Order: sequence, then C-alpha cells, then structure tokens
Amino acid sequence: MLDAVGVDDPESLFDIPAPLRFGDTFGIESRSEQEVVREVTGALSRNDSLTEFLGRGHYEHYVPSLVDHLADRSEFLTSYTQYQPEVTQGFLQALFEYQSLLVELTGLPVANCSMYDAATALGEAATLAARVRAVEGSTVLVPSYLRREFREVLENYTAGTDLTVETVGTVDGMVDPETLAAALSEDTAMVYAENPTVEGVVEEHLSEVGTLADEYGALFCLGSDTVALSLLQEPAAVGADVVVGDASVLGLPAAHGMGLGLFACREEFLRQVPGRLVGATKDEDGRRAYTLTLQTREQHIRRERATSNICTNQAWVALRAAIHAASLGPGGVLSLAEQCHRRAETLAERLDAIDGVEAPVRDCHHFREFKMRVDPDAQRVAATLRGRGLAVHPLDADELQVCVTEANEHRTDDLVSAVEGVLG
Amino acid sequence: MGEHRQARWSEDGSSGTEPLLSEKDTTTVSTAESALPDDLTRDSLELPAPSEPELARHYTRLSQMNYSIDSGPYPLGSCTMKYNPTFLEDVAALPQAETHPDRPAESLQGTLQVYDELQNYLARIGGMDAVSLQPPAGAAGEFAGILVARAYHEHNGDGDSRAEVVVPASAHGTNFASAAMAGYDVVELPGAEDGRVDLDALKAAVGEETAALMLTNPNTLGLFERDIEEIARIVHDAGGLLYYDGANLNALLGRARPGDMGFDIMHYNVHKTFATPHGGGGPGAGPIGVVEELAPFLPTPRVREVDDSSAGPEYELFEPEHTVGKVHGAMGNWLVLLKAHAYISRLGDEGLRDASAKAVLNANYLAEQVDYDVPFGPFHHEFVASAGDQDAADVAKRMLDYGVHPPTTKWPEIVPEALMTEPTEAESKRTLDQLAEAFNAVADASDGSLADAPAATAVRRVDQTDAARNPRLSWHALGE
Repeated sequence: MLDAVGVDDPESLFDIPAPLRFGDTFGIESRSEQEVVREVTGALSRNDSLTEFLGRGHYEHYVPSLVDHLADRSEFLTSYTQYQPEVTQGFLQALFEYQSLLVELTGLPVANCSMYDAATALGEAATLAARVRAVEGSTVLVPSYLRREFREVLENYTAGTDLTVETVGTVDGMVDPETLAAALSEDTAMVYAENPTVEGVVEEHLSEVGTLADEYGALFCLGSDTVALSLLQEPAAVGADVVVGDASVLGLPAAHGMGLGLFACREEFLRQVPGRLVGATKDEDGRRAYTLTLQTREQHIRRERATSNICTNQAWVALRAAIHAASLGPGGVLSLAEQCHRRAETLAERLDAIDGVEAPVRDCHHFREFKMRVDPDAQRVAATLRGRGLAVHPLDADELQVCVTEANEHRTDDLVSAVEGVLG
Repeated sequence: MGEHRQARWSEDGSSGTEPLLSEKDTTTVSTAESALPDDLTRDSLELPAPSEPELARHYTRLSQMNYSIDSGPYPLGSCTMKYNPTFLEDVAALPQAETHPDRPAESLQGTLQVYDELQNYLARIGGMDAVSLQPPAGAAGEFAGILVARAYHEHNGDGDSRAEVVVPASAHGTNFASAAMAGYDVVELPGAEDGRVDLDALKAAVGEETAALMLTNPNTLGLFERDIEEIARIVHDAGGLLYYDGANLNALLGRARPGDMGFDIMHYNVHKTFATPHGGGGPGAGPIGVVEELAPFLPTPRVREVDDSSAGPEYELFEPEHTVGKVHGAMGNWLVLLKAHAYISRLGDEGLRDASAKAVLNANYLAEQVDYDVPFGPFHHEFVASAGDQDAADVAKRMLDYGVHPPTTKWPEIVPEALMTEPTEAESKRTLDQLAEAFNAVADASDGSLADAPAATAVRRVDQTDAARNPRLSWHALGE
C-alpha cells in the first residue's frame, strides 16, 4: 500500500507543519479487551447498589429480553443514517412504525424519528413556536412544576430566538385555568404543561388549557411519555398542538438519564418539524418503500435556515421503543399504564398510614410517583433510607418524592418499613 | 465483483416487501376498566399485537433488509462509519451502569470515575484544558460550544456587538445550523482554489462583529489547513474565538491537537472518532473541550476528582462559575460515553496513533486506486473524487449493486458530482481493493445504464419526490 501511495512511511502522509506536530504522549496505556472489561466493571462496582424509587422525568420499566436481542442485531446496530433507502428499508420501516406508534398515542398526524430527550424536545417545540406562531407573541409560559434541568435546556434553546420563558403559578400541582388566563396575553407564543407532571400528578384541566391557548393564538405543547399516553387523555382531544416528552420509558432501562425525545405535532407544522421524518413511497417497480423525506428542512441542505441542527439522533433507541411497544401490544401497554396509576396510589396509602407521614401531599390522581411530607426533615429520611439500599428524592425541608414501577415494586415493603423505622 | 443480492421479503411486486406490523394484526383495547375517571383518560388504544415469534420474525426480516458495517464497508465521507469492537456493547450492558441520574454523587462514584477519566482522556487528546461530556451528539456539542462562546463574549461586555459566526462554505451543515440556533448571523467564508481557507477572504470576513470561526481540520476535502496558526492569529486579533469541529479528528490522533493549533473550543464526535455503532442514526455523544479561559462557562454539572482519601479517589459534581446551564435534561448519552471510555482505554496511545495512521493511509491508497478524478491532495482521512460526466447520485445507486455502500454524494459542492470517500482505519487492503473495483466498474459504465440502478437491493430506485410531495408519515396515512 505504501508503494501504491508512493511513500516509505505513513508518517509522511501527515501534511502537518512541524511546529504543530504533537511530540508527546497522552499517557494512556493500551489494555487487552479482558482488562478493559475488568477495569470498567471494577470502577462501576463503586456505585452503591440501590433500589431506586426515583422518577421526576426519568423512569425505569422492565425491558423484555426480546427487545435487546432484536435491537442488538448488528444489521440494525451497526448501520448508519438511511441516506441510501434502497439498502436500508429495514430500519426505515422500523422508524416508520415508531412514528405510527406516536401518531396513535398522541392523536397528532406527524411524529418525527427522535429527539435527544424530553428536555431538548421541549426546546425544539419552543423554537417551532417561534417559527409558526400566528401572533407576535414571544413568551413561553411554563408551569411552576417544570424541572430545573428542563427549564435550563429550554432557556438555552430559546436564547437564539426572541422568546422569553416565564413561569405560571400552579394550584395543587396542576395548571390552574384562572391563573393561566391571567398570565396569557397577546404576547404568549406557547403554553406548556405536563401530563403526568414531573410530580406524578394527573392534570385535570388540559382541555381548558388547550382552549385558552387557542384563544390567544398560542401553541399548546404537552409533555408526556409513551406509557402515560396509552391511558391518559389523548393530546389531540385536549387541543395540544405539539407533544414532547420521553419515549424511552419503553425500550431503554435507566441509563443515567440517556433518553429518547418524542416529538409529534399538527399537520400544518409539517414543514417546520425538527429532526428526521420517514415517509412511505414506491420504488420503480411499484413496491411500497420507505425513505427519509422532507429533507429540505434539514441542516445538510438548508444550513442556517434549517428547522434544527439535529443530525445524529436517537434512532436506535426509537427502534427499541417500537419493539417494546409491539411486544406488549395495546393491552400490555395499557395494563402497564394502569399499574403506574394503581401502584402509586397503593404505595401512597401505605405510607400515609405511618405516623409523621402525609402521602400523597397533593389531593389528586397520581401516575407512577407522588410527593410525601415527612417529619422530621426530608434530607435525613432520604439519607437513612439510602443506608438501607433505597433511593428517594428529597425535595426540600419536609418533602420527598417517591416513584414506583414494576422495576422496584418488589421492595415496597422494605421502603414502607424503612420509613416507619426512621420516624418511629 | 461477484454477484450480489440483498435480502427481500415477499416477492410479490405489488404488495411490497415485509408487511407493516399494523397489516399483520392490530387490536383495539378500551380504557373503560381504568381506575381513573373517564374524563381523564382516552377512550381506546389501537396497536399491533403480534405474538413473540411473529415479532421476532418481523424484526429479523427488517434487519436483513438493512445494510450495516457488519454487512460491508461504509465509506461515507465525513460520517466516519467504521467497524467497532463488539465488546463495547457488553461494557454498556453492565448492570452497574444502569443508574438514575438524580442519585446523589456519593452513591455514584463509579459512574463519576468513568466521567472524570473520560474528561481527562479527551482533554489530553484534544489539547484542551477542560471538558464537558453533556452534549448528546456532535451537533449538540457545536450548539453547546457556541453557547460557551456567546457567554464568554457577554461576560466581557461585547455580547451584543459580536453577532456573527464565520463558517467556511465547505463546512458541515450543522455548523451553520448550530450557530443560527444560538442566535448568530452566519457569515459564509468562500474557499481558496486549493480547497483550503482563503486567508484574504478570512481577513475580510472577520472583525469586531466576529464571535467565532468554526472550522474543521483537516477539512471536509480531507485537506489539512496548513495555515492554521495564521488563521488563529487573524481570528484572535479580531477578538473572536476559534471553534474546532471534531468530525475529522480521526486523521490527527496523536499527531496534532486542536488546542495546540490555537483552537479555543472543540467538540468530539466520540461515536465517530472513538467508538459506538451508529444505530441507524444515533445515539452519539458530543462532548466539548475548551481552553482554561472558557472553562467557567461550560455546561453544568461537571465532574471533578476531590482530595484522595485512603479508599481511592473520590468524585463530585460541580457547577462552573459562569455556566451556560444545561443542553441535555440529564448528563448526556451516558452509555455512548461509557463505550468511548472503554475504547480509548483499549487502544491507548499506541492504538490511537495507529488508527490515525491507517485512516490516512487507507484514504490515500483508495484515492490512488479509483479511476475517477481526485482533485487536491495530499489527503488525510478522506478524499473527494469527482464523478465527472456521471451523476454522483446514480453512481451511488450502482455501487449498491456491488454490495458496498457508496460514498457521500454531491458534497462538498466545490468538487463537481462529488463522491466524498472515507474508508476509515478499519478496512483491510483486500476490502479497499474491492471498493476500488466497485468504483471503477461504475466509472467504466460498461454494465448498463446507471439510471436503472440499483437492481440487487431489497427495493429498486425509491421515489423520493413522491415521498416529499405526498407525505405519508405513518400507517394511519397509508389508506391502502
């Protein structure tokens, strides 16, 4: 090969001026595969072994073994973006089916192939609002329960637009139509709400929120997830224009917050949608075929006028989510969602029976998680529970948040008795 | 080249290939039994309900209609689609890696150790002083990096006056989009005739309004910007920052570092340069590195080692003093970062240097073997051939019939009918020769009209115009 290229040494192929040549080393020793596995396993073993009753936007559901085995097929795992549709029909069809899943769950006709996570999907929804708003408005109204991390991402995404983010107070953990009406004005570009909320509350006034947003020409963006959407009010039915949230609750185990942003919207925003879209078409022989479509929105064609900068996305996670949903079927997904409601209510009742505990703090319906009030202080309770191998969220001086799914349900007895132990 | 044929399910030309899941079986379920009040629930849900073997067959068939690096070479220029060792998947599947992001730092010392080590690896490799691992993809890294640049200028009181980001015409489209997302006006920099940055054009483009210049080096033509020190001087003298797009870092590992060239901010496409299979479009991860002066602006939280205790190093999360906040809801694409860490540990100094040597040798060797005109040079990890009178898109379709993936086509536009080719360090001479054979058979065009290609694939040429004119984006829209 060196002869063919006409050099004696590969070094002479590096066209780098001498002063810029790196003469040092990084000090990274090469290891065998076996050593790396041992070292990484050793390092990660320093993580405490905890059963996590943690949620607040990041959820763990059991992922069936089939999902790993099918998604790990190397023809999926080691393929690139489908720039040549003729040889990538398999992945394109899987993504088309994923989009279809979101269309069914949201009732909105357009869903993209993926965003990075729920927070960045919310950011993209706001920039979509900036492009498509019917009014001159430039305010994005977010409920006071919005997670700080999501708020920071949203502010970074809107910083390049003329949008500003403002908080609307909530009542008993829910968006309150009266408070919202007072905050709305001709200046409102988008209203955001979650269902369930980050505190696990099932919102009760979404239709009114949708109507109010509509009256002011503002977009209504609803945050949710693929399990909740199978049971809770259909976003299209409550007037949502955009749905964002987390689709990895199906498909991905707790991966330190790695996610899959879902994004769906109304038809009229089709050409303003961020991210990739797969469409059905035909091949030359009239066979049904799939292809990436409407690429003139994307940055490799439209550059600074693109609808977003997203290029590498979370396609493989979307594949996993679709396989997981299909393996459960509608009955299985719905049953999982119902259990998210029942388990939370049951655990809250059991905790509420303990002296010094009030659970749930909110007098409303819950999904997966709820806030509880404890006496003495929440930090001390959380630290003591951690000592017993149980993780919960301390929120402030006297409130904790607890999340229960099939992934941690086997330890709810331990949780209840541990809380009893701390307060007793 | 031998006969090639991609798997195709269902030979019935009229009904398509593998049916949609929805066409096999769907079931509608009612939510009437739910414990929630009716007005808080939807009425029903309709989804496919295949049996487990049906599901296994469906996705197995789909996988067989999908090209991958495990099927054959993938010389997509600027995409760096290389083979990655499979053991990385085992590392990412370790149960100890599956944690909730809100756990307190003291219960996550293992995860934070990996973060800290990877931050240090990347800083050393890039010649940077501080690294944030948060951006979940390369473009997200660009966005985060430009946010850092903006925060820096705002901190210095000239946030309003520095409203422009300069981007070379041949840059990745994401550079333009990321700068615009951060609120900047994009100034396009025309290239010189030798395919590199035109210094006079650069001098004319930068000034008091310049916030940053975004550049990749080697550039998308595979050419090293030899005047990089002069470029850095021009940008810095104007008060701007120099941003390094790390998409082409494969070409430099252990040979040169962006930090030493004068770059102030960079992103690493760890899924390209280090390892993670691309998964049909992602996930990736796009950590950013910065020089000391910009470290206070990095996204929060970051990880650092605190005083060594007798039990070994301990780690904590911290918020940089003037942080831009967050660009991801959690800590980024952790499993991808974990694979990058394991990959770098496996290769070490020697392996990383060797990867670059092979990437560069392979590109130059393949450039020599193809019969198409290959302007410019000498090349680093990629080259751009010109299909000349042929349509590059047709060339790509015919290459599919040879069982290889074609290069990136029609970009960068500086080369007519561009075939942007990056064989990567992973391919053997034998594979490169096969690729060259495919290129040359198509260049020769003696095997029929290119416009008829492909014939050996699961479907024939796909009608993309129809897909865009009549968007059908879900099975609900098919109405067949």
